[in-house]
Amino acid sequence: MRSTRIAVYGLVTLLACIYLMPLLVVVLNSLRSTPDIFRNGMIGLPHGLEFSNFTEAWSGLCIAEHCTGIRGYMFNSMMMTLPATVISTFFGALLGYAISLWRFRGDMWVFGIITLGVFLPEQMKLVPWVLVLRDLGLYNTVAGLVLIHVIQGLSFTTLFCRNYYVGIPQELMKAAKIDGAGFFRIFWRIVLPLSPPILIVTVIWQFTGIWNEYLYGVTFASGDHQPVTAALIALAVTVSEAPKYGVQSAAVLIAAAPTLFVYLAGGKYFMRGLTAGAVK
Amino acid sequence: MAALRIRDLHKRFGPVEVLKGIDLEIDSGDFTVLVGPSGCGKSTLLNIIAGLEKASSGDVEIGEAVVNDIQPKDRDIAMVFQSYALYPTMTVRQNITFGMECRRVPKARQDEAVDRVAKLLQIEPLLARKPGQLSGGQRQRVAMGRALVRDPKLFLFDEPLSNLDAKLRVEMRMEIKQLHARIGSTIVYVTHDQIEAMTMATRIAVMHQGSVQQFADPDTIYNRPANLFVARFMGAPPMNTVTARLEGGPDGPVAVVGQGADAIRLPAPAAVGPDWLRRPVILGIRPECIAEPTRYFSEDPAATMTISAPVELTEPTGAETIVVLRLGGEKVLGRVAPDVRMPTGAVGRFAVDTRKICLFDPTTERLIA
Repeated sequence: MRSTRIAVYGLVTLLACIYLMPLLVVVLNSLRSTPDIFRNGMIGLPHGLEFSNFTEAWSGLCIAEHCTGIRGYMFNSMMMTLPATVISTFFGALLGYAISLWRFRGDMWVFGIITLGVFLPEQMKLVPWVLVLRDLGLYNTVAGLVLIHVIQGLSFTTLFCRNYYVGIPQELMKAAKIDGAGFFRIFWRIVLPLSPPILIVTVIWQFTGIWNEYLYGVTFASGDHQPVTAALIALAVTVSEAPKYGVQSAAVLIAAAPTLFVYLAGGKYFMRGLTAGAVK
Repeated sequence: MAALRIRDLHKRFGPVEVLKGIDLEIDSGDFTVLVGPSGCGKSTLLNIIAGLEKASSGDVEIGEAVVNDIQPKDRDIAMVFQSYALYPTMTVRQNITFGMECRRVPKARQDEAVDRVAKLLQIEPLLARKPGQLSGGQRQRVAMGRALVRDPKLFLFDEPLSNLDAKLRVEMRMEIKQLHARIGSTIVYVTHDQIEAMTMATRIAVMHQGSVQQFADPDTIYNRPANLFVARFMGAPPMNTVTARLEGGPDGPVAVVGQGADAIRLPAPAAVGPDWLRRPVILGIRPECIAEPTRYFSEDPAATMTISAPVELTEPTGAETIVVLRLGGEKVLGRVAPDVRMPTGAVGRFAVDTRKICLFDPTTERLIA
């Protein structure tokens, strides 16, 4: 018994170390100076902490011949991710509410078709999106990317919210109808206040998904308009031509920081049982 | 004036007919209980009255107006649910005022109404709490407060006590009855608990398989059940029903239970028609009409008859003792005084209250007399 447990823990720890190795290397390199990395190789402990890597990555790093750091691209990503996350989550909640709590003829079909979007791969939709963005005049704009991510995100957000809302007892809906509340009042005053657990899950999912998305970012935006994931590809070019591993590692870490932050900040709100007291 | 009238109401879910032509007329101020086993259609009927479900055909009238196509919120009703259905994120006060808020009642009048109801139900200290911080009985009160605050034409209760423990249930039962006596509103109350029906109702509608079996006051339901279903559903333990044969006698018709030496002859209700003589019937007698031999049922000596019957089993409950005995070979229950101990296996003497005997048609199962 005891020996198998030790073996299991040993294996898990080993796998975790292998998995976390690249992260460790990047974190360590982000704190090392360029001469240090050249002298001692890519893998090694820092000799003194070089925080200037982060400031340079933020505002001085050269990407695609613009030496303004990743600041602008981070801003693009934020301007794309925040509205897309909020809007797609809001409409997902509204759709999920309508489908789960206002049963209507064919509601399961509507739900099935919306959630079909979950299974459609991104690349399949590239050409249609090209046409749509061109016709709307949103090519190479952050607004165009927001539109894409809102529409694409609806499948997931609707699925999440609908599955959460089916747990809301029908008697609450009946009571509200008798009290005289209509579709939107029930949504604002009763359903939405019950929703924080699922909204937080949905926001985390959407935020990380949209922030990390790359294919649309690189296809529909260019130059200064690119989100940070797309801009980082230019970084890869400089990595092989003029290696500044320390600064480049810092840039990668900064680009990943928002999703990490959302996970850490939202995690503790992953709670259940808000409906306790509604029934029984 | 009829507060609620239901005419030839049908409800079908696909091929299944769950309500098969309901006709009810409920007077203003009545406390009507719809009672029946689960699946009898009573909750569906209540939902249709509330407008939460649509009938397949038939009419619902509230206060002399047909409301078939009127939304629940415009029917001037209030409803208390089995699960209480309190809005979990609102305080007790907000729960109670939500309906008024939807109807844009001025804030001052809302506060006034909350104060009145909170005082009536003694929930004043709870107004700032959330439903999750309340006990079952307190939630029940708040749910009633939410209904009472609106002063509607009709109150609908959907099994409101079935989530409470036994002791609290009895307390709340009394409170609801008192409340009804005090405010005199019209109530339609759904339950599967026949004791709730008996204790609270001014009128009871016994439902079974989608139709109303009997709609009458509690005494009539209990003493003169319209058919065998009502006889066996109401009362705990239920009415004894045994097969008997009707014969003529010098003092009127006699029901003979059992055959040969075991046969017991009981005086049958005089109202039974002569064409039933020499035919089999079902005889119904309540357990409390079979008691220890010293029991005094009535001033009329003819009302009481003493019989001998073998005792199979006794169950002392504290307040009384239930006796399982053989009446003409058929197993029936009697209720004797708690201190009476009858030896199992021996033949005991019993007093029978013959005034309360009911006869049923064995084929239609309807009450004959």
